[in-house]
Amino acid sequence: MSIEAQSILNETFVLNLGPQHPATHGVLRVKLTMDGEYIMDADPVIGYGHRMHEKMGENRSYAKFLPNTGRMDYIAALFNGHGYVGAVERLAGITVPERAEYIRVITSELNRISSHLLWLGAFLVDLGGFTPLLYCFDDREQILDLLESVTGSRLTFCYYRFGGVSSDIDENFAAGTRTFISRLRSRMPMYDGFVTKNIIFRKRVEGIGPISAEVCRKYGATGPVIRGSGVAYDVRKSEPYSVYPKFNFDIPVYHECDSMARYKVRIEEMVQSMRIIEQALDTLPLGPVMAEKVPRTLKPAKGDCYYNVESARGSFGVRLVSDGSENAYRLKLRSPCFSNMSLFRECSAGMLLPDALALMGSLDLVIPDMDR
Amino acid sequence: MKAFLLKSKFEVIALQGIPAPVAGVETATAPLPLVIEMEHAARGTNLDVTVPAERVVDAAKILDDAKFMIEAITGVDWLADRQLEVVYDFTHAASGERVTVRTRISRDQPKLPTISHIYGGANWHERETHDFFGIIFTGHPQLIPLLLPEDARFHPLRKDFTA
Amino acid sequence: MISSDMIMELVRLILYVVGFLAFALFNAAYLTLVERKVASWSQLRPGPIEVGTWGLLQPVADGLKLLGKQILTPEGADLILFKLAPVMVVVPGILCLVTLPFSDTIAPRNFNLGLLMIFSFGAIGVFAILLGGWASNNKYSSIAAARVVAQNIAYEIPMLLVVISLVFVSRTFNLHTIVDQQMGGFWHWNVLNLKASLMMPVAFLIYFICMLAETNRAPFDMVEAESELVAGAFTEYSGMGFGLFFVAEYLNIMVGCCVGTILFLGGWDCPFGLLPGLHWFLIKMYALCFAVIWVRWSFPRTQFYGLLNLSWKILIPFALANLVLTALMLKLFH
Repeated sequence: MSIEAQSILNETFVLNLGPQHPATHGVLRVKLTMDGEYIMDADPVIGYGHRMHEKMGENRSYAKFLPNTGRMDYIAALFNGHGYVGAVERLAGITVPERAEYIRVITSELNRISSHLLWLGAFLVDLGGFTPLLYCFDDREQILDLLESVTGSRLTFCYYRFGGVSSDIDENFAAGTRTFISRLRSRMPMYDGFVTKNIIFRKRVEGIGPISAEVCRKYGATGPVIRGSGVAYDVRKSEPYSVYPKFNFDIPVYHECDSMARYKVRIEEMVQSMRIIEQALDTLPLGPVMAEKVPRTLKPAKGDCYYNVESARGSFGVRLVSDGSENAYRLKLRSPCFSNMSLFRECSAGMLLPDALALMGSLDLVIPDMDR
Repeated sequence: MKAFLLKSKFEVIALQGIPAPVAGVETATAPLPLVIEMEHAARGTNLDVTVPAERVVDAAKILDDAKFMIEAITGVDWLADRQLEVVYDFTHAASGERVTVRTRISRDQPKLPTISHIYGGANWHERETHDFFGIIFTGHPQLIPLLLPEDARFHPLRKDFTA
Repeated sequence: MISSDMIMELVRLILYVVGFLAFALFNAAYLTLVERKVASWSQLRPGPIEVGTWGLLQPVADGLKLLGKQILTPEGADLILFKLAPVMVVVPGILCLVTLPFSDTIAPRNFNLGLLMIFSFGAIGVFAILLGGWASNNKYSSIAAARVVAQNIAYEIPMLLVVISLVFVSRTFNLHTIVDQQMGGFWHWNVLNLKASLMMPVAFLIYFICMLAETNRAPFDMVEAESELVAGAFTEYSGMGFGLFFVAEYLNIMVGCCVGTILFLGGWDCPFGLLPGLHWFLIKMYALCFAVIWVRWSFPRTQFYGLLNLSWKILIPFALANLVLTALMLKLFH
């Protein structure tokens, strides 16, 4: 074959996915080098939502940074807050009263359910099924109302404080949560029949987007991504924090490594979260919700520490370096979406474009969390 | 348990110690022991290792052979010491143990080898650290700005950065 | 000399032209409202309720909005083809209506080759989308246009095979005659005509699926594929250019449902043979339209190769089997 004919056959073109695009959840740009319908190379270009939270952490006192934590991963904002206050409490040696820990667990798990519900709707929209989104939002609305009654916000929560939580929960909240749990439990079979057993949905995700456990390890992918690849790594069980050791729950792990496995992990996680919330409500102790004698201007001891929590998207970590002053010396925010997305380039090579989008949807990305 | 087993391997690497700070500048921190084992709840890590800059690749190889996963890479600007510290965090998925690897390089010539050929995830973490601190990871395949704009020539997380 | 017959014929033609244009465009416009209402009912929300009671003036508002937008031509686009494509895509839908009999007395022209005409015109619509996608000078549109051609070729074949087997039974291409043969109650309808072929209901199902694919409706809407290619072949169109593509889509749905009603569901026949007429035709046609819209909001999109696999590996073998079975039964029993 002549060189000219060969170059026509190997002709690739560059297609820009985003930054404005319905399927990239936020402003994400992916430079795709395509050969027809196949992706030869996918180079994500991120940073469109970069606001330099880490510098803001150095420019303001510890308490003033609390609202920032809700703006990174805004869908699962309580986890980011938990990571930050946990890091500061670890360095400053503050003990959190038990009731506050229970409340943190209850609200975090509610946030996990609402985050997974939103992911479920958005994932189906990516695949072209518009209707389940509205059903998920129906359930999610109840969680947002519950959390609003206790935290004051529906989305970007700033509820945890150093040493506890800012306000106590009451009987209405507990009763409302129990009603919500029983309602969601009764709706899970509907989701099962409508989505999980839908033949077209199954054809779109079964066997699509394989991510092996080795790739997860090399790229640091955590959360449902690694649990859908057969590795039982969940920070709540492997590096227990707060009062999670007191509750009975399972970690869903599936070994197929495809998008369907990650989907099933998240559905099962919602069920397990409901178990945790019920146990927490049943055994909720009385007491204060705020530690005593927490200084107004917190000045933790010199040194550094790392604190990580199991966010809805993976392991969210905070590395805090303190020099004894009232501002942090260095605040590193380890974002789960950042690590999860970094494997996209390697995993999407040679895939069809719709399959790559199904893979990206199953990674559950929130771009402001990736960009910080 | 895993971290404890690696302790001796790390001690071999950490022989040369941290490079001495620039003469005439007072050291802000006292010299630390090089390989420290600790409780997870104290500092969030099981093993804290300090290695010289040229040996980070060997440290990463030890952890890769022990099946650790890379969690984060970041930098800290010690302006008083005129040094930049690079901190690597690794986790072992099966046991939940963590290892933190630290190294220090001079602020004026911030260079150290990349570990992105061992851990693919280090590619993005090193690009981000380069963006924020100006650290050059030699051998990195694509050390262009990741979070900052493509034409950015400033490094925001340095302590002497003015907007 | 101009006789009174010719004048009558001219008046009749003009009335039909105006009437059909009005009917076609009115239907296309209000099908958008029906679609939005069905979508909202399946999603537990009210849908358009602001503009007019029950949102009845919503299509008017949409049309006015589209008319008021600036028509943009992308740089590097082929101007003639770019402007020709939206016009070309609406024409086949309206032309097909010429041969469709809506009742015993309401039929603009009674062509002997009516069925053949409809499928010929249908192909022009595909061509128009291809032109629109290519002339936009946009990579997304070109990919979408290529997909459209592949999809439409793949689904023309089983549809034509099914229709041919029907023609074996009815022995004519004349749509009026086809309906006349089905008069007298639902047991005479072609969909239940098991004397002609045991696979007739399957043939109707194949026709319905092919109609979904030919009109680029979900789950076969790779052309638009909103979450992948933004708006696919129509990305670069603004204002009324986009509006015309939209109108053409709903017009095609309507024509496809009309043809399905005529071929399989007995046209204007009453299910119990009592009071045949235009009203029954419209009821059946709108029931099929509702089914088309319902399917869209219930299923996610198929994979592109899944779509082609369905046609080449499943529908065509079944359609061929139906054809052979029909021919066999015709030979043996008639």
